Amino acid sequence: MSGGTHLDNANPVIYQRSGERVLTVEEEDEDIVDPIDDREIFVTLEDLNVVEQMRVNVDDQGSTVSVEFTPTIPHCSMATLIGLSIKVKLLRSLPNRFKIDVHITPGTHASEDAVNKQLADKERVAAALENSQLLEVVNQCLAAKI
Amino acid sequence: MAANRDVLLGLVEEFVSGQQDSKAAETATGVKTGQFTVLELVEALGLSLTSPEPQTRGRGVQLLSLVLQECYANLSESEVEVLIAFYENRLKDHYAITPHVLQGINALTKCTLPSGLSISILRSLFQDVHVQSLMLKERSCVYNILINLMASQEEELKGLGADFVFGFVQAMDGERDPRNLLLAFQIAHSIIYRGYELGKFTEELFEVTSCYFPIDFTPPPNDPHGITQEDLIMSLRAVLTGTPRFAEYLLPLIIEKIDSDVQSAKLDSLQTLTACTAVYTHKDLAEFLSGLWTSLRREVFQTASEKVETASLSSLKALAACLSRSVQKSDSDDALQSFLDLVLTDCKHHLCEPDLKLVWPSAKILQAVASASYRASHKITGAVVPVLLEQYKNSTQCAQRRTLLEVVQGFVQPVQSSLPGEGDESVLSGFQEPLCSLVFSALCESSTGLQVTATRVLTALGQQPGLLSVPDVELAADHLTRLVLEEEESEVCSAVLECSGSLARLFPTAFVSKMIPKLKEEIFSEPMEQGESNAPKQAHSQQAVRQRCLKTLAAVSSKASVAQESAPILLEVLSSAHSGSCSFSLEEVVSACHSLQRIAAQAQDTEDVGRFFHDIIIPRLLGLAVQAALHGEGEGARNSPLTEESVLFSLVLVMSTACGRLQSQLAILTASRAVSLFLDGDVSFLPENDLPSPLQLLKKQSEAWRQSQLVCLLMACVCSMPRSVEIPQIDRLFCELEELSCTCTHPFAYTSAAKCFAGLVNKRPGGEELDSMLERTMKRISSELDCASSSFRVQAFTLLLWVTKALLIRYHPLSTVLTDKLFSLLKDSELSGAAANGFSLIMSDTEDVLNRACHADLRIMYRQRFFTENSAKLFQGFNSAEKDRKSGYLKALSHIVNHLPRQVQITELPALLPLLLEALSCTEQGVQLSTLSCLHPILTDPPPALTPHLDSLVSHLLALTTSTVMNVRIASLRCLHALSRLPEHMLLPFRARVIRALAVPLDDKKRLVRKEAVLARAEWFLLGSPGR
Repeated sequence: MSGGTHLDNANPVIYQRSGERVLTVEEEDEDIVDPIDDREIFVTLEDLNVVEQMRVNVDDQGSTVSVEFTPTIPHCSMATLIGLSIKVKLLRSLPNRFKIDVHITPGTHASEDAVNKQLADKERVAAALENSQLLEVVNQCLAAKI
Repeated sequence: MAANRDVLLGLVEEFVSGQQDSKAAETATGVKTGQFTVLELVEALGLSLTSPEPQTRGRGVQLLSLVLQECYANLSESEVEVLIAFYENRLKDHYAITPHVLQGINALTKCTLPSGLSISILRSLFQDVHVQSLMLKERSCVYNILINLMASQEEELKGLGADFVFGFVQAMDGERDPRNLLLAFQIAHSIIYRGYELGKFTEELFEVTSCYFPIDFTPPPNDPHGITQEDLIMSLRAVLTGTPRFAEYLLPLIIEKIDSDVQSAKLDSLQTLTACTAVYTHKDLAEFLSGLWTSLRREVFQTASEKVETASLSSLKALAACLSRSVQKSDSDDALQSFLDLVLTDCKHHLCEPDLKLVWPSAKILQAVASASYRASHKITGAVVPVLLEQYKNSTQCAQRRTLLEVVQGFVQPVQSSLPGEGDESVLSGFQEPLCSLVFSALCESSTGLQVTATRVLTALGQQPGLLSVPDVELAADHLTRLVLEEEESEVCSAVLECSGSLARLFPTAFVSKMIPKLKEEIFSEPMEQGESNAPKQAHSQQAVRQRCLKTLAAVSSKASVAQESAPILLEVLSSAHSGSCSFSLEEVVSACHSLQRIAAQAQDTEDVGRFFHDIIIPRLLGLAVQAALHGEGEGARNSPLTEESVLFSLVLVMSTACGRLQSQLAILTASRAVSLFLDGDVSFLPENDLPSPLQLLKKQSEAWRQSQLVCLLMACVCSMPRSVEIPQIDRLFCELEELSCTCTHPFAYTSAAKCFAGLVNKRPGGEELDSMLERTMKRISSELDCASSSFRVQAFTLLLWVTKALLIRYHPLSTVLTDKLFSLLKDSELSGAAANGFSLIMSDTEDVLNRACHADLRIMYRQRFFTENSAKLFQGFNSAEKDRKSGYLKALSHIVNHLPRQVQITELPALLPLLLEALSCTEQGVQLSTLSCLHPILTDPPPALTPHLDSLVSHLLALTTSTVMNVRIASLRCLHALSRLPEHMLLPFRARVIRALAVPLDDKKRLVRKEAVLARAEWFLLGSPGR
């Protein structure tokens, strides 16, 4: 995310990650069904408290996921990109049956409504991913750390 | 003679006018064999050397030089003198001739030169040749001349004074080729190290070399010369850091280059700085210290790269070490003190800031500088530790306290280079009391992180002499005991175990008196009354406490004095579990055994612990096991846990670990006791010898499987001894074991007997005795196996399998016959499955017998050898087998390949792949799993042989992602993930298909499968799209 030479927030506060889930006996048992729940959403942005588990809601039965993310500062210029990356990651990682809703935590960003509207618009998300430059940045955000 | 002359003239003629280059070699051979002399050659060349045509003169000189290159060793001193005078003169000649002249001089400088000649060569060389206008090869020739002369004529060259350096500087000024640069750097390096006079040309020499710093060089693809950037960097660094006289030029340059934007330049500068502090003194550094400090501080505070940070820190450490080394005079300032003051002013205040933003970089700098020397650590620690203690007291948040404690840990950790010398006390001795109370208060906190860090600080304090007083150690032992009993968090538990282990090694008495009695009390406390609603949970937690106590007992027992206290407690656990006086679950008994095994394995002073095990533990264990077996016989008797297979198996591990480490005297005694117990029923050495006699442990008794299975303990004793220990009555032993393993009906008993037999066979010296014994056994096995109606076929097969393994790993010639027998069993209707699985056993390491710890005769490469010798048979067998028998071969193959080293797997892959793919479509899940697990490592670095099979591989893997077995689904998804690392052009045709197919496991019912599916699918999405 190297937009310009000047960084918006050069020295962010780093939070502790909740870490890998502890493997339970039930999970090693073949016959038990593990339901999909809030904890299963990725934790890449968790370091910065951009995404927290309490702001992720999964309804396995109803097949809906809603993620609220919190930009690090109210004028974060990357909010749309972060939202788009979250959305793309979820599209790639969740079964088709889920309806995915990504939006900014209310009251944490200056142009909250505009960003939310962009993220909710299927056409615009699809169009954005046609743009190879944008897709490149999104992919860079999502590429596994080596 | 005349004939020779004519031949020579002919050769010269053909070379000079005929332009036949091959004639030079012939002439050289002629000179070497003595057919003609160099003088004759010069005479023959006469006309061509004086010809007015520069071309002809060039050819003439070339021939002479080529010959001299071959024959310089045979020249006399006067010949050399004349030739050199000639060549020096030729240097003034036409430019086209110069290359050949240089070659000639290069050859001549390899001889021993008469005095004065080398100077004259150099003078004409520097005067008449402009090196940098020569071609690459000729330049290298000049450098080689210099190198030759420097090697042989050092004294004379030094007589030239600074002129030599000046000449060299002029010669190399502007050199661009990396090959020549390496030579030039080598010359400059010798100039510096051999003490040539630099005179007023110090700066010139520095300039002419430092202009390449920092080196940026990318070798061309398929580079034939094999010069790397690393080579150039190292040889230039050796020049630049060679002398303190460069300091005034080098240090400003380094400061400038550290500021560079290029990371490799930064790193190079930092490493060069570290290197030059080795020869510099404080005087050389003094002027630049503040500049260096500013740059280095900035690198640590602001860098994003770990490499740069590490390099900066080690430069800081090197600087401080250099300053500490210098002898200080009373009149000048102490350079180290002023440097440390500089560091402290800039870093210390960051430790006090409430938000702790730059606390880590500052702490790292301070720790790096402190680790340089005792003096430095004295000053830094003295200034920083009080601040940290104060700050810890004032901060209220757990996270902050943890950070501060971690910083403290960094200062407490002993570092080799800054340890106090003789008679000095530790730098921390002034803070002993506050540090201890800090640690103890942190141990009482509820935060996991704080507790873990506190145990680490405690360990570090213990490692430095004089920092923990006896009461402190006892208090520490109390705290640790409390944590063992109360703390459930696994991270804390393992930290506490580690800390207890390392402290108990240093202070055994405190742990014997403080910790062990409490652990014992806890282990033997009866479970609380049940009946309450939360009873199961409580019982569960009590079991966990017991487990922790058992583990801790093992962890603290690395000293004999502790082991003698803790091992009897573990024995008591076993005996009261046997007698039923105190209820222990099966897992608790097993972990008591594990703890005993750990004690035996980690014993530091082996002799004491070995004797202790020999005198007390082994007889007690054997006694208990025999009693349990005999008691179990009676109808309706309570089943002792010591007759359970899992307990016996862990007892085997205890005894084989202990026996494997016995001294030879004790080992011989133990072996003969065990043998006489099992063969003759001699119970005299067992502690409770009120046993009914005669005992017949190895005789087959139909109902007495409890006694028969004790043969595993015989195995533990006799199969783990060093090969030098002779086992008494071995022939009788073989007979009884063979009988038991072939006729017993209890699986654990006959398998153990077979293992014991194999373990003994493996160590038995080769020869006729062994061969005839084996032949007898083989006959019996074959007759059992061939008789289809026999009820002992499985037993015979088990014995065959283990004996095969025992012989195979020692490269015994008979092993081929046995392996063939095993292969033939793959066709057997009853035993084919067992035979296929048997190959897994043959290829893998076994825990209890036939391994290195048991001193088995085990060759390293036996797996590769087995594979190379048998793969063809396997393929052949597979191809010729009937359809429903093929799966056995596939299973055997996948087991064998799975255990091969990766290198072998890759080389064998082209032949194996079709079969492995076939194995993937085999319906048996075990085969699928085993094949997937041997494919996965290959796929992470796929060989080209894979390409033609990619299509079918992908199809097979995708099909397996919907398998009914979770582990197969996970393994196939991992393979698909690994595949995504192949070159894009190979994968793109499959991308859409894979992405679509992987949508299914995204909705798998198991989270672990979904996790792998997400990882794999994300990678496949990135394939071929920008930004990967």
